[in-house]
Amino acid sequence: MKRFFTVALLIMRKDLRVETRSRELFLTTLFFSVSTVLVFAFGFVRDGRPVENAVAGILWIAIAFAGTLALGRTFERERYHDVLKALLLAPVDRPAIYVGKLLSILALLGAVEVVIVPLVALLFQAPLFREPILAILLFSLGTLGFCAVGTLFGAMLVRARSRDVLLPVLLYPITIPVIIAGVRGTAALLQPEVDVAMIRAWIGMLVFFDVVFITLSLWTFEPVMTE
Amino acid sequence: MISNGTLCWLKGDVVKVTVRRLAVLCLLLSLCIGVIETSAEEFGAQSMQSSQQDEFVPIDQLDVEDQLPAAPLLVVAYAFAWVAMFVYLWSIWRRLARVERELASLANRTSDR
Amino acid sequence: MHRIFSAVIVLATIVFVCAPVFIAWAPYESTMGLVQKIFYFHLPSWAAMFVAAFVCGIASAVFLFRGRLISDRIAVASAELVVVFGLIGLVSGPLWARKAWGVWWQWDARLTMALVLWMIFIAYLLLREYGGPGSEKLAAGVAIFGMANVPFVYWSVNVWRTIHPTTNVVPTLVPGMRGPLWWSLVGFLLLYGLAMMARVRLETQRATLDRIYRDLND
Repeated sequence: MKRFFTVALLIMRKDLRVETRSRELFLTTLFFSVSTVLVFAFGFVRDGRPVENAVAGILWIAIAFAGTLALGRTFERERYHDVLKALLLAPVDRPAIYVGKLLSILALLGAVEVVIVPLVALLFQAPLFREPILAILLFSLGTLGFCAVGTLFGAMLVRARSRDVLLPVLLYPITIPVIIAGVRGTAALLQPEVDVAMIRAWIGMLVFFDVVFITLSLWTFEPVMTE
Repeated sequence: MISNGTLCWLKGDVVKVTVRRLAVLCLLLSLCIGVIETSAEEFGAQSMQSSQQDEFVPIDQLDVEDQLPAAPLLVVAYAFAWVAMFVYLWSIWRRLARVERELASLANRTSDR
Repeated sequence: MHRIFSAVIVLATIVFVCAPVFIAWAPYESTMGLVQKIFYFHLPSWAAMFVAAFVCGIASAVFLFRGRLISDRIAVASAELVVVFGLIGLVSGPLWARKAWGVWWQWDARLTMALVLWMIFIAYLLLREYGGPGSEKLAAGVAIFGMANVPFVYWSVNVWRTIHPTTNVVPTLVPGMRGPLWWSLVGFLLLYGLAMMARVRLETQRATLDRIYRDLND
């Protein structure tokens, strides 16, 4: 068990070290998500004010698009240097590789969200942090669910053709519950009277989603990655 | 390719592991469903009252102009179902015929040799 | 195998030829009138779709964890049938809804869940078609995830609203309606079995052909 987490943390540290040296993925993903927010803002702002509930939708769509981009680029980097093949050849638990990649992608997307969420709150005058703990839980659990499925699919598609377009094609239908929960939970946060019960319900669903899909990913990672 | 982390896949172990995994999955899903059903009731009750009145209009309360003739819709629905199934089955039959022709030609070639 | 296939074809033909007669004889529903008769095809096509989705999920799991090739063939055949039956349901539903509810589409739990499941299986087929070699296992993973996703989508959308008839439609049906419904249901399930047998045979023959070509090249 200890070895499992040691391996996972090693893989995460490897990825974070590569990222902190180049900052390529972080900066490009951040800029991409800001552009996405702008594009949607122009689409949904009327008379200088955002359409009701648009802020929640815009934010989560930006997270989903940025996440897809980050996943695609992370695994493209692995494929280019044959890193994934080397990891799979190493005498380690395969699920530990999955957990390591999941943690590194979660760290990357988390860093992007730390910038993007307050930025959106600022741009749209959206009081997202009246219940800070619930907000943080909602965003982290939603991002975890998205990354859990995305890491598995990204790793799966490393050797596939048309991987760039297949990743969103596969990922979005499966992560629909996460997006729904994120958007409705954020919308509940933005109500004049924060709807705490509703947010708790969505957080509950996200907890279940994350548990079920991380478990499924741990089970299917090995058979799916081996010939 | 030997991996220290790989389990030794004896038949008994595989069955036990699979059964255990299935049991955990069923437990998780039934927990989910339990929570889902209990919490959905409260939300369902609130939302149903507001939304059901918004869009659902019983047909006899619609104006005469809004009442569509039912027969064309019914005919199109049934026709579509028939056509879709027929096209699909026909496509299987066509692909199967092609593959079997190719197999037959290969069989002839190898028997001629 | 051929005898079973022929028997099923004959049975399915009889069922489908008699179905319109039974459906025409069935009593009219009080509020919706004639258009409600779409229900006799609509519900069975969804039922067949869910059976196909379930079979695909199980077969994918067996293929992924046991590596049995026949499971993979059953999975791909079933996935195609999910798309076909789903399409029938998605076309007949709005046609019925337009007349009965006044709108083509509603974002309620059951419709949205069905649409999402349908899209997941289209993604499955796209992956198999365009993913290149080795995409069978990847697609099996997608099918398993798709199946596990169903309760979550249902709950998420359910918390919004629902306008769809509730699940206890069948027990509250007038007795005259139950007969044609079960008849159509049997017909669609027979059709599913028929299509499965043909499609699995196609996959098996294709695999044989590939093996022969490989052996010839070697």
